[in-house]
Amino acid sequence: MSGWALIRIWTVVVYLFMFLPVAVVVLLSFNASQFGAFPMTGLSLRWFGELWANEAILRAFRVSFLLGALTAAISTTLGVLAALALVRYDFRGKNLVSTVLIAPILVPEVVLAVALLLFLRFLQMPKSFALLLLGHVIFTLPFVVLVVQARLVGIRRDVEEAALSLGASPRQTFFAVTLPLLAPAIFAGMLFAFTISFDDITGTLFWKPGGVETVPTQIFAMLRNSISPEINALGTVMIVLTVGLPLLGAAIARRLGARTR
Amino acid sequence: MIQPAVQLRDIVKRFGSFVAVHPTSLEIPEGAFVTLLGPSGCGKTTTLRMIAGLLDPSEGEIAIKGRRVNEVPIHKRNLGLVFQNYALFPHRTVAENVAFGLRYRGVAREDIRRRVAEALALVQLPDLGHRYPRELSGGQQQRVALARAIVIEPDVLLLDEPLSALDANLREDMRVELKRIQHRLGITTVFVTHDQGEALAMSDRIVVMSAGRVEQAGPPEEVYNTPATEFVARFLGASNILGARVAAAGDGEVVLDADHFGRITLPPERARGVGPGARAKLVIRAEKLGLSPPGAPPGDGISIDGRIETVDYQGQVARYFVRVGDTQLQAINMIDEHPFSEGDAVAIRLRPRDCAALAGDAT
Repeated sequence: MSGWALIRIWTVVVYLFMFLPVAVVVLLSFNASQFGAFPMTGLSLRWFGELWANEAILRAFRVSFLLGALTAAISTTLGVLAALALVRYDFRGKNLVSTVLIAPILVPEVVLAVALLLFLRFLQMPKSFALLLLGHVIFTLPFVVLVVQARLVGIRRDVEEAALSLGASPRQTFFAVTLPLLAPAIFAGMLFAFTISFDDITGTLFWKPGGVETVPTQIFAMLRNSISPEINALGTVMIVLTVGLPLLGAAIARRLGARTR
Repeated sequence: MIQPAVQLRDIVKRFGSFVAVHPTSLEIPEGAFVTLLGPSGCGKTTTLRMIAGLLDPSEGEIAIKGRRVNEVPIHKRNLGLVFQNYALFPHRTVAENVAFGLRYRGVAREDIRRRVAEALALVQLPDLGHRYPRELSGGQQQRVALARAIVIEPDVLLLDEPLSALDANLREDMRVELKRIQHRLGITTVFVTHDQGEALAMSDRIVVMSAGRVEQAGPPEEVYNTPATEFVARFLGASNILGARVAAAGDGEVVLDADHFGRITLPPERARGVGPGARAKLVIRAEKLGLSPPGAPPGDGISIDGRIETVDYQGQVARYFVRVGDTQLQAINMIDEHPFSEGDAVAIRLRPRDCAALAGDAT
């Protein structure tokens, strides 16, 4: 047996190990039996129906969507501005600012979560939805900055200079030239921010105010009581959203990008 | 006196402690095609960018049509700018690219359409308005960039190495094309290049720059035939520079005793600043040295003997490196039938009136 065949087998095994559990969750969410285990007794959408009827879960979904959307909006706005400053301008302490902006990716999330919580305690501020949002913005911002920065480096300065020379003011130049060329990256960054926020649990558990649940914390709470097939169904919905959205986004970004290359 | 279209008065550009442009004054007459020529890093692009308003001069004043523009931002200077890499807006069609400047000038929609069509016709791309830049070749993109710059009827057209990104054949076509359009519109043009061929072919006036200073400014023939400095002599074309002693100067002629060639008499306008008794540099263009087989009947010039060391065959012409005593001379000659070979003995002919002399000792 050649070395390449071994590597192929090994690769398949690694992928099975990674994705089999996910596949099992998705498969069992269609199980008719009320015990989430094999053998399956039949195919059914029953658990998705139950999900739809579960007020707590629907509320968690609404919270997660709102949190994700706001996080995406704020992170993208700040991230685009930060990337513009870092790429287009020279200022003192640029490297430091750049490092600090990216740092939340490098610091373990638990550490970040506890740190922000202790900081709030120090400031004697109660937990609130706004602070939860702030937390999510902090650790989604680096992704937006990195994605937008990479694209911005590729937009040559002379295209903007051409617009200026033709009579567009710096602001008009930004909206007529820079922003459209940046659109695919902005879009990708926004999707990153949304999905990361949407399925975050570590930070959310620390920061969320009492009585507010996001979808991941709701699943976490449900798991403590029982392993209901409803959770499998919820997991399937989450997988579809967090895998499907970026894929959809990538496809849209590719189409936008193809036009502007 | 007619007001110059662009006037630079003692402009200086410093980047930190580095001086990119030393005090420079320049007048560009209305309708002229002026080329800033020099090697990279000589300050030509920096000068252009200061005229454009993309860089602020550290000192001095820039006036366009008599109006000081130091404090006027680029988008209010009414300039046409063409870049080396075209810098078209990739997300807009060709027609939208050309219309861009007109839209910010409040031109009515039907006028925009008409003027865009006219500009595209002028650059000979009448049917490509609906295409995107990436669908065009490099040469076509540069024509669009030119159309975009001239459609706004700028006071000055600034061209920053616009031909450098094109391949050789296309570059020569575009050179002719660009000159034709400039001539037709009569638009004042400042052209930046490091290519002496482009500069000589296109310019009304050439400004040769080196290390942030103007070495010489004048019409192409003048700059080429009577270089003001050794740098200009070496940068434009291939030149031989020989040591010489000034035997006599005055009375409408300058007499030199040059290495190898002996006594050479020049008219004073070809030997500016050369005084009697001093050392001088004799500048001989490589194409002014005629090679012929030894023993051929002498012409109206000086003839000395040499031996071919290296032949650089270029098709129409050949560049020869010829050994004369302790010196190697360069000669560029048309090839009549077949070139000389390495090791051939040749007669080297020179007509004194094809030389020029500079003050100072040859190195």
